[in-house]
Amino acid sequence: MSSHFRRYLAQKVVWYALAFFLALSLNFFLPRLIPGNPASQIVSALGQQGMVSSQAMKKMYEQYMQDFGLDQPLYKQYFQYLGNVATLDLGTSFMQFPRRVSDLIGKALPYTLAIQIPGIIVGWIIGNLLGAYAAYKGGKTDAVAFTGSLFLSSIPFYCFAIILVYTLAVYFKVFPAAGAYKFGLMPSWTFPFVQDFLRHWILPFLSMVLIIIGGQAIGMREMAIYELGTDYVNYAKGLGVHDRKVVGYVFRNAMLPQVTGLALSFGTMIGGQLIVESVFSYPGVGSLLFTAIRQNDYPMIQGVTLIITVTVLAANFLVELLYGIIDPRIRASQTGEL
Amino acid sequence: MTIIRTFLHSGRFVAGFLILLAVLIFGILGPTLSSKDPLEMAGSIYQKPDDKFLLGTDNFGRDVLTELKFGTRTSLTVGLLGGVMATAIGLSVGTLAGFRGGWVEELLMGLTNVLITIPTIVILILLSVAITVRSAWVMSLIIGVTAWPWTARAVRAQTSSLRTRPHLDIARLSGSSGFAMAIIDVLPYMASYVFMALILQVSSAILSEATLSMLGLGPTNTISLGVMLNWALLWESVRTGAWWAFLPPVVMLSVTSFALLAMNSGMDEIFNPRLRRR
Repeated sequence: MSSHFRRYLAQKVVWYALAFFLALSLNFFLPRLIPGNPASQIVSALGQQGMVSSQAMKKMYEQYMQDFGLDQPLYKQYFQYLGNVATLDLGTSFMQFPRRVSDLIGKALPYTLAIQIPGIIVGWIIGNLLGAYAAYKGGKTDAVAFTGSLFLSSIPFYCFAIILVYTLAVYFKVFPAAGAYKFGLMPSWTFPFVQDFLRHWILPFLSMVLIIIGGQAIGMREMAIYELGTDYVNYAKGLGVHDRKVVGYVFRNAMLPQVTGLALSFGTMIGGQLIVESVFSYPGVGSLLFTAIRQNDYPMIQGVTLIITVTVLAANFLVELLYGIIDPRIRASQTGEL
Repeated sequence: MTIIRTFLHSGRFVAGFLILLAVLIFGILGPTLSSKDPLEMAGSIYQKPDDKFLLGTDNFGRDVLTELKFGTRTSLTVGLLGGVMATAIGLSVGTLAGFRGGWVEELLMGLTNVLITIPTIVILILLSVAITVRSAWVMSLIIGVTAWPWTARAVRAQTSSLRTRPHLDIARLSGSSGFAMAIIDVLPYMASYVFMALILQVSSAILSEATLSMLGLGPTNTISLGVMLNWALLWESVRTGAWWAFLPPVVMLSVTSFALLAMNSGMDEIFNPRLRRR
């Protein structure tokens, strides 16, 4: 590892630590702006609905007072919160008392990742190939591919998901309309379960992939068109270098900004994808958030937003590291050597 | 005049503009000319489209067409206000940072970069959860104060490159104040760019509002396209096959977003001639 790379790395770590700290603080302070004592509010709301006995209410109240340290001054609550997060203690869910938020999220996260990771990777690869091809071909191919991509990428993830569910699951009944597996099946590594899981997985996956393809193709096309007009391409063509080789160079240069583009769009993608899960009633983090918001389950909301933040920051960080390795120019300019 | 003609050259821009115009007319004239109350339960649950209810009724027997008119108006309002606010903040921060340089730039860009790194949706959710009563104005404000860092970063890059241009040295020599220079000598060079950024911000503000509303964090006192979709989700209109309840807001959102993106990409072609294919 060169010293330049180490400096690049150190710089990135500092920035990401700052961002994480700010996000953590927002996560702590913003829900506390809600007027009233959340513990007594939620417990009395439950009491009015006649859902719990007075003894259970008292127990819940004590649990929340202790969880949040609500009898402590604000700065002490803040430090307690930081300590809790550090030990992965995200509190107790209001609505699914006494289950821990971290357990519920831990159950849901694999489903979300099973859609997101393949979705982003497959969408990115196909989108970039399509964009580069359209830019290189030009003419009709370009016009059709570009307008199509533009249209695809402008449909919000959840709108597209709704259309998919209605046409392919409700109207034509090709795929199941809800859930991650058939009612009555238990998650296991057996053939019937995996098969059923895949049948449920394909629609949410598609709803994500197609839109990412659109967005990535547009970006790649633009980059590739710029590259195709540069001097080195003209020079190479003048020398009679084989087309395929030129396209290879163009692709490599145009791909670099696309890698950062990918990192920067993680946040937006995940936001849209969260609702896609509730469209499909898919048991991931997004559905958890949807229910938590409807029930004013603040610890749950905070837990989910924290997980989203951590995931997005980690993904961004990885991509930036990768970028620093692929492209030495970036490293140099970031550490002020250019 | 020549500018208008240049714009007309891009078919994509014209198409986007015409679609947007149609949506605007629907969203402005629709509610004004409508004598109905969008929240009135006029029919029974999930009635199919007929002569009385052109787009049928929703889960509470409300007229979907009337809801769509008012919902479109709210979504456009939030998009426009939120987009303008985000662009204005981004423009101010970016110009100030790029033009001043030094520690001001370091500080502002540090903040911008940190905010870009945190996923916007998280800040949006936390803000909306903290503010329990939300009007269309509040929604715009929430979106406006969250969405500006992109614009700020891009504007700063442009401003920094402009700062070294010779005409700014002349302005400096003739004793212009920093503020006047920023307005007279820097901003006009970025006008086209800022307008494009504004279009993207409006589009993303409309979609942010829809996202929040679908999660159940939308405006609490009015209908928006996202709120209609939230009802569709909660009352299972997709799985019960009541297409008239969810398709209108889905189409309206997608079409609006497509129109804005098409305008943006058309303008990109106009201002970056290299993208115009021979």
